[in-house]
Amino acid sequence: MAVCHARFYFSDRQSRSLFDTRELQVSAPSPSASLPAGAGPQPRPLPLNWLGVLPFFLFALLFMLLPTAYLMVGAFQDAEGHFTLANLAGLLEPNVLNAYWISFRISVASALTGGLLGFLLAWAAVLGKLPAWIRPTLMTFSGVASNFAGVPLAFAFLATLGRMGLVTVLLRTYLDINIYSTGFSILSFTGLTLTYLYFQIPLMVLIVTPALEGLKKEWREACDCLGGSTLQYWRYIAMPVLWPSILGAMLLLFANAFGAVATAYALTGSSLNIVPILLYAQIRGDVLHNPNLGYAMALGMIVITGLANAGYMVLRSKTDRRGA
Amino acid sequence: MNNAPRESRLGAWIAMGLGTLYFLLPLIATFEFSLRMKRGEYSFEAYKVVFGDPLFQATFGYSIVMALATIAVGVLLVVPTAYWVHLRMPKLRPLVEFITLLPLVIPAIVIVFGYLRMYNSSSILPLTGSEHATDFLLVCSYVTLSLPYMYRSVDTGLRTIDVRTLTEAAEVLGARRATILLRVIFPNITSAILSGAFLTFAVVIGEFTMASLLDRPAFGPYLQLIGANRAYEPSALAVIAFLVTWASMGLINVFGRNSRRQPNR
Repeated sequence: MAVCHARFYFSDRQSRSLFDTRELQVSAPSPSASLPAGAGPQPRPLPLNWLGVLPFFLFALLFMLLPTAYLMVGAFQDAEGHFTLANLAGLLEPNVLNAYWISFRISVASALTGGLLGFLLAWAAVLGKLPAWIRPTLMTFSGVASNFAGVPLAFAFLATLGRMGLVTVLLRTYLDINIYSTGFSILSFTGLTLTYLYFQIPLMVLIVTPALEGLKKEWREACDCLGGSTLQYWRYIAMPVLWPSILGAMLLLFANAFGAVATAYALTGSSLNIVPILLYAQIRGDVLHNPNLGYAMALGMIVITGLANAGYMVLRSKTDRRGA
Repeated sequence: MNNAPRESRLGAWIAMGLGTLYFLLPLIATFEFSLRMKRGEYSFEAYKVVFGDPLFQATFGYSIVMALATIAVGVLLVVPTAYWVHLRMPKLRPLVEFITLLPLVIPAIVIVFGYLRMYNSSSILPLTGSEHATDFLLVCSYVTLSLPYMYRSVDTGLRTIDVRTLTEAAEVLGARRATILLRVIFPNITSAILSGAFLTFAVVIGEFTMASLLDRPAFGPYLQLIGANRAYEPSALAVIAFLVTWASMGLINVFGRNSRRQPNR
């Protein structure tokens, strides 16, 4: 899940090649140039047009929509297939509710921290007047790091902050600080949040950099000319432009953390009671003793990640309109 | 006023420095840890053990095959669809785009949960019944996972070429649909397809959730198994996984650059 947002980076790269490619095409003879534009679709009967996109919709239906719908319907059924709300009520069981609560807190913590730190990094790269090579390097690295999730990431953090990890050992040997005696554990809430940051921060960098690049130099100059301070510039000019992007990006980070399974599972096994892990255990061995409660948990996950994504889309349409 | 730029530059350096530290430390620590297998000296023993493990070779090979199959199916599914939407059904674009973004909304674990219930051995379409059918299901699940990246890449690629003119030119020359797609559209968006393909590869190669729940011998579940049972090998595997991701992303950059240079040749 962490990967997707790298598109912001790629699309930028590809759009730059727009002119080169188009020039190539133009040189090809285009006998149809005299045809009125839009005359293409008319002669063919409509049903044939649909055939072209049929495989795609069939695929989406079979391997995404129907399986999901199956679970959503199942969430409202009992074992015999009768309508019931008992499964949804089951979500309020302390065990399940607790899992949602921990998941929610980890996702919020990693989205807020990742969002803030990612923003700071992007700011430093775009507006910090650093050497020119830093920005592309940061972007490339962010593309890699946002994809470096799952099981290997858990290994990396165990080797860093685990009991025998490099940082743990160095701190103990040279600074006489035993982080594990302070109650820290890589298998805990803090540990997992810290690990998630490794793909959350780069993701934030990838999403928010284009927004920061959209800030016009003239705005800052205009502000300076009018005697505005740095604080006033950010308070009255930059932030009002940026906040939908920042908030939207954080919502994406939230959804991203909420659905992640592999990192948490490899890191903590099943010792940390978060929703994806509980659902994983439920699928493997019916730990909730009610398969339909599993459906309700899946429904709950979709609702939460769905809301976060919907929020992101609303906020993005806001920035798009302003950009236009 | 004079101080402002200097100040912000210092802050930027601090932010960059701390960021670099946070991102490099785990990599250094992992690498260092992976070298510690032999007591009292640094060695590549852990890597030797990993590469010599038949299970590593089998699962890594299996995941590469799955990744290639995913890329093939994904390209065959996405390119004609995106092409057709560009050419004939622009009104469908928002809907198609929305569907390709759904895998970001629906967590992978939910999708695979649905598969297990819908395609179990007692259903009409028992895709979890035999090994080959489950492999097919796994490929389909990976195509679903990679749909957002693949579609976005291809769509961006199609935007940079004049699909309509190219198609009409080919039609005038007597080309049929399949020929147009294969010999006109594909070559023109190769770099876009390749960047989608490498991203897909990076996503699929170490994927854990789908493979584990569908019970297939892929690299992701193998990683998890080693992580639960060994001390030094996991670090070596993490370094390898990082290099694979790095290589995939590097290749995207290389091909992106090539496509930009082409017209000058």
